[in-house]
Amino acid sequence: MSGSAPYLRLQGVSKSFGSFTALQDIALDVHEGEFVCFLGPSGCGKTTLLRIIAGLEIQSAGQITQAGVDISALPPSQRDFGIVFQSYALFPNLNVNRNVAYGLENAGSARAATAQRVEELLALVGLPDQGTKYPAQLSGGQQQRVALARALAMSPGLLLLDEPLSALDAQVRGHLRHEIKSLQRRLGVTTIMVTHDQEEALTMADRIVVMDHGVVEQVGTPLEIYREPVSPFVANFIGTMNQLPCEVNGTGGVKLGVLSIACQDHSVESGASAILAIRPEDVIPHGAGARSPGAPDIIETPGNTFDARIEDMEFLGSFFRAELSGQVLGEAHLLADFSINAVRRMGLETGKELTVELPAERVRVYAGTAV
Amino acid sequence: MTDATLNPVSNRGPRARFNLEAWVMRGGIAIAGLFLIVAVILPLYAMLSKSFEDKDGAFIGLTNYVAYFDTPSLSYSISNSLTVSIVATIIVITLAFAYAYAITRTCMRFKGFFRLVALVPILAPSLLPGISFIYMFGKKGFMRELLMGEPIYGFIGIVLGSSFWTFPHALLIMITALSLSDARLYEAAEALRASKLRTFFTVTLPGAKYGVISAIFVVFTLVITDFGVPKVIGGQYSVLATDIYKQVIGQQNFQMGAVVSVMLLIPAVLAFTVDRLVQRRQVALLSARAVPYAPKPSRGRDIGALIFCSVMAGMLLLVLGVAAYASLVKFWPYNLSLGFTHYNFEIMDGGGWGAWFNSMKMAGLTALIGTTLVFTVAYLVEKGQDARFGRVVIQAMAMVPLAVPGMVLGLAYIFFFNNPANPLNGIYATMAILVLSTVAHFYTVAHLTAVTALKQIDGEFESVSSSLKVPFWTTFRRVTVPVCQPAIFSMAVYLFMNAMTTVSAVVFLYSPDTNLASVAVMNMDDAGDIAPAAAMAMMIVYTNLTVVLIYGLLSRLVEKRTQAWRQR
Amino acid sequence: MKIDITKYMTTVATFALAGGLAANAAAAETLTVYTAVEAEDLAKYAAAFNSHHPDIEIKWVRDSTGIVTAKLLAEKDNPQADVVWGLAGTSLILLKGEGMLEPYAPNGVKELDPKFVDSEVPPSWVGMDAWVASVCVNIPEAEAAGLPMPASWKDLTKPVYKDQVIMPNPASSGTGFLDVSSWLQMFGEEGGWAYMDGLHANIARYTHSGSKPCKLAAAGEIPIGISFAFRGAKSKAAGAPLEIVVPSEGVGWDMEAAAIIKGTDAMDSAKKLMDFIVTKEANEMYNAGYAVVAYPGVAKPVEHFPEGLVDAMIDNDFDFAAKNRKSILAEWQKRYDSKSEAK
Repeated sequence: MSGSAPYLRLQGVSKSFGSFTALQDIALDVHEGEFVCFLGPSGCGKTTLLRIIAGLEIQSAGQITQAGVDISALPPSQRDFGIVFQSYALFPNLNVNRNVAYGLENAGSARAATAQRVEELLALVGLPDQGTKYPAQLSGGQQQRVALARALAMSPGLLLLDEPLSALDAQVRGHLRHEIKSLQRRLGVTTIMVTHDQEEALTMADRIVVMDHGVVEQVGTPLEIYREPVSPFVANFIGTMNQLPCEVNGTGGVKLGVLSIACQDHSVESGASAILAIRPEDVIPHGAGARSPGAPDIIETPGNTFDARIEDMEFLGSFFRAELSGQVLGEAHLLADFSINAVRRMGLETGKELTVELPAERVRVYAGTAV
Repeated sequence: MTDATLNPVSNRGPRARFNLEAWVMRGGIAIAGLFLIVAVILPLYAMLSKSFEDKDGAFIGLTNYVAYFDTPSLSYSISNSLTVSIVATIIVITLAFAYAYAITRTCMRFKGFFRLVALVPILAPSLLPGISFIYMFGKKGFMRELLMGEPIYGFIGIVLGSSFWTFPHALLIMITALSLSDARLYEAAEALRASKLRTFFTVTLPGAKYGVISAIFVVFTLVITDFGVPKVIGGQYSVLATDIYKQVIGQQNFQMGAVVSVMLLIPAVLAFTVDRLVQRRQVALLSARAVPYAPKPSRGRDIGALIFCSVMAGMLLLVLGVAAYASLVKFWPYNLSLGFTHYNFEIMDGGGWGAWFNSMKMAGLTALIGTTLVFTVAYLVEKGQDARFGRVVIQAMAMVPLAVPGMVLGLAYIFFFNNPANPLNGIYATMAILVLSTVAHFYTVAHLTAVTALKQIDGEFESVSSSLKVPFWTTFRRVTVPVCQPAIFSMAVYLFMNAMTTVSAVVFLYSPDTNLASVAVMNMDDAGDIAPAAAMAMMIVYTNLTVVLIYGLLSRLVEKRTQAWRQR
Repeated sequence: MKIDITKYMTTVATFALAGGLAANAAAAETLTVYTAVEAEDLAKYAAAFNSHHPDIEIKWVRDSTGIVTAKLLAEKDNPQADVVWGLAGTSLILLKGEGMLEPYAPNGVKELDPKFVDSEVPPSWVGMDAWVASVCVNIPEAEAAGLPMPASWKDLTKPVYKDQVIMPNPASSGTGFLDVSSWLQMFGEEGGWAYMDGLHANIARYTHSGSKPCKLAAAGEIPIGISFAFRGAKSKAAGAPLEIVVPSEGVGWDMEAAAIIKGTDAMDSAKKLMDFIVTKEANEMYNAGYAVVAYPGVAKPVEHFPEGLVDAMIDNDFDFAAKNRKSILAEWQKRYDSKSEAK
């Protein structure tokens, strides 16, 4: 994919509203057929960026190229995209057919051709035979499908989805998520979706653009983003991440309390305080005192392990989440996810002592101070 | 890829390419701004500057104002105006609150009927209650004993008349305020065993606080700026609104008229500003999760409410009925046989039946042009994406007319449009200036109606349309207007009825060719032809009633036909 | 009354029809005519004129004398009126002083009583008729209130009439002004104001128009209305229980007069109208409501007119009235304009 020229290229895109900087120097390439998610907390600028791509807002600086054409200064009506909003924005006084046909009619497409295209589109989004209903007579999920059909009607090169699922209830959301993704794959339409829902981004996107405070924090596949978050922000925004205060020692590892811990490569200079990050599910439990010689399941190479105590345990359905304290942790607590099996096998419960391991390939270190 | 490397990325914002839509939008906003500047701002400026000039147009600073305050017969009107306005406001607010309470918070019967009857005064010019009161409380009035010898002409008449015609305005606000309250608060109060009275003072009143405050300012402004009631029944009790008329029409002293206008403008603007400030604080108080309150039956309270509302409704209908009756009596009080002689307007002052036709024409044009204009401007302001500054300025200018009394606007129009140097001088003394002034006079309420309706529709319609390559004007026509149709209808009816009843601005602007029914009422009353004045006032009522009925029928019909989408 | 109405209706209809036909036949010239003549007479006057000149359409602007005067003065730099037909002589003298009138001697003006014509040659204005102050008393209302029938102006200042009298505001009403001017002439400057001070104590309120006090008296709204004889006679004819009193000291009067406004762009039509205004036919028309008209020998007694009215007319000094109009009104407003203020 990376070999071909990008379908959409953003360079140095900035946007400020008065003294407030909504976007700062955004650069991004999106390839043809790709499904990209803009993910971030509200106010991070993701919707503004989407609207700039659509031409609904004009960037304060920067350039946008779509299919090799500089579209930076084009009004929305001269760009090539379809858009779906969180609110659906269906025309309430027009029935489903007329909504979907809205753009086609205006383009002067023949009546029969329009009708056929509308029928196709409705079938595509799974709403055949609903054409004569009015939006108010449809459920939220159905309305959003109509909005999708309408956005696709003009066969746009780029499909923009602005939080399309967030107004729907959880079940419909899950279902529609899957459908949109498979539809996108089938049509091969380059798609950008804005969302604040990490699960949505992880399941739907080919690549995720994590944004915060108007800058791109990280761009990568869902797995990259999850496994190798480049910053504590990304780590925390996607999934749960323990963040423990530590100090970088001379060997490239860190000191957590008195304990030396091996970790992934990082760029923090030695002697500085830093953040040790590890996901709860990456914490490995061992029997109590597993580090000490003579313990029943003694660990041969006891690197990255320490003793801890279960302060609290929460059952979350498929696993338990335990809150651990320990001497090396100092004031901080460590969250660890234990499988039901492990809990049963090791008899884990609140108050229980155990040894935990932080596997070096899962420990990341970031500059800064853990809060 | 190559493109990007060849063209260095500019660090300036892109210069938008020519875009017809954006230019149409900007042009529309510019025209809207220009319209409001010409129709509202410049005339007011002309009026203000006139108050600092002598008869020959030389600037003389505050001399006119000094003269004003040195003439007790003039400056005395300030306290007169304030007194009647405050007293009438207290009366109307109390009654309207009780009436609204009965409608929203009891299980009284015939609520729909009472709600409808209370709106009757809106159909009539404010001159009408004055005329009716002459027959009710005048020297030969059949209810004069109620006043115990006090004359109806003056303070009492103005207060009563003002109370009559401002009642529905206060009531509508109160009903809205009282309907908005949250049932959960009452449940909480009940759970905490608060007494009924305590609940009223701790839950009901605070809940309706902003509505009450708003109603207070609305009624106060309506009364202090009203010209009709004091003109007919004010006797020698001079108030600011009638002073403007006396100075301008009676003595053609335009400079002093401008000074009095400023005196009237001050309380109106103050009331408006304070109300705006208070209302701004309201927003956070209303929770979207509130549960609407549904009253439970309570025999004593419901019967009390029924009696109160019956008395009130009876009085409102009586005032209207008296005018209707008076217009038919041949020679009150000496010949009580009935007939239509007073409807022979041709032999009276005021322009005859032509005045009524003119009024119809004026009201129709105002409704048509006004609604189109106000709605389009509101659309541009609300949905426009460009020219932010321009839109903010237009929004602010659109609020100004609410604070400007009709008399002041009318006088301002004389100054501005009757200036031979004004290129628009040609519309002076024509139907056009009447329509323009009336649209401007009632602009704000229509504008707010349109904005409210527009705010309720999805903000992304324009974005969707442009993504579908459909220009915004097509979406405006195909979607926005049909969706807002109920609001558009009610704007048109509002403008029509007000154009039929208004006297204040147009009294300075009508010409022999463009006599109006409402002005004719005033002129006939002025000439002592009170019965024909009542007849013409009733013609206005009948006209408005017909329009309201047609509106009701039409909107029901149209709703059935085109608003199917509203049904689930 | 009924017959009258029908007659008026017919006239109006004929006029409307004639007007409509004329408008269709030729591009009729329009004269804007300012007037203070009673509204119900306007159609009749226009119809009479149009029977001779169907091609000239009259567009009336009617209001009370004071207002028409003020309006004309205010429009001095940009006159809207072509002709004034039926405005107080005092006002026309005032307008002449302002240089606003176009001198013109209508054909036949020599036939008129010279008293009714501007003394300069050519005259700036010509008179039509005289209208005379009178007091309308509602007999049953006066009896009910226990009021004696007043016989003189001085009677009206008696305490018994407190709040029982209405008179027109002289600033807006010509009738009001001629009352004030006559009192000042009859009782002298000081005596006149002293009289009005006394009268003011009895006045219930001042009205905008001169006919309204009599109409109010006719309707029983007030027992006594200071107005003018013609209005009283009309109300009496309509069935009002009125007595029209001619105060013994004498009554003020003014003439109704006509003139061309300088700067009119319809001079020919304006002259035609002026020619008509002085005709015998027109004077006969004025006589329907006015006992004294400018054309000698025309006047016939008017029904319901009080006896002795003509003899009671004071020897009016129009120049005094015109010259001092502004200062008299200023003084009057200073003293009485806000009735409520005293309380």
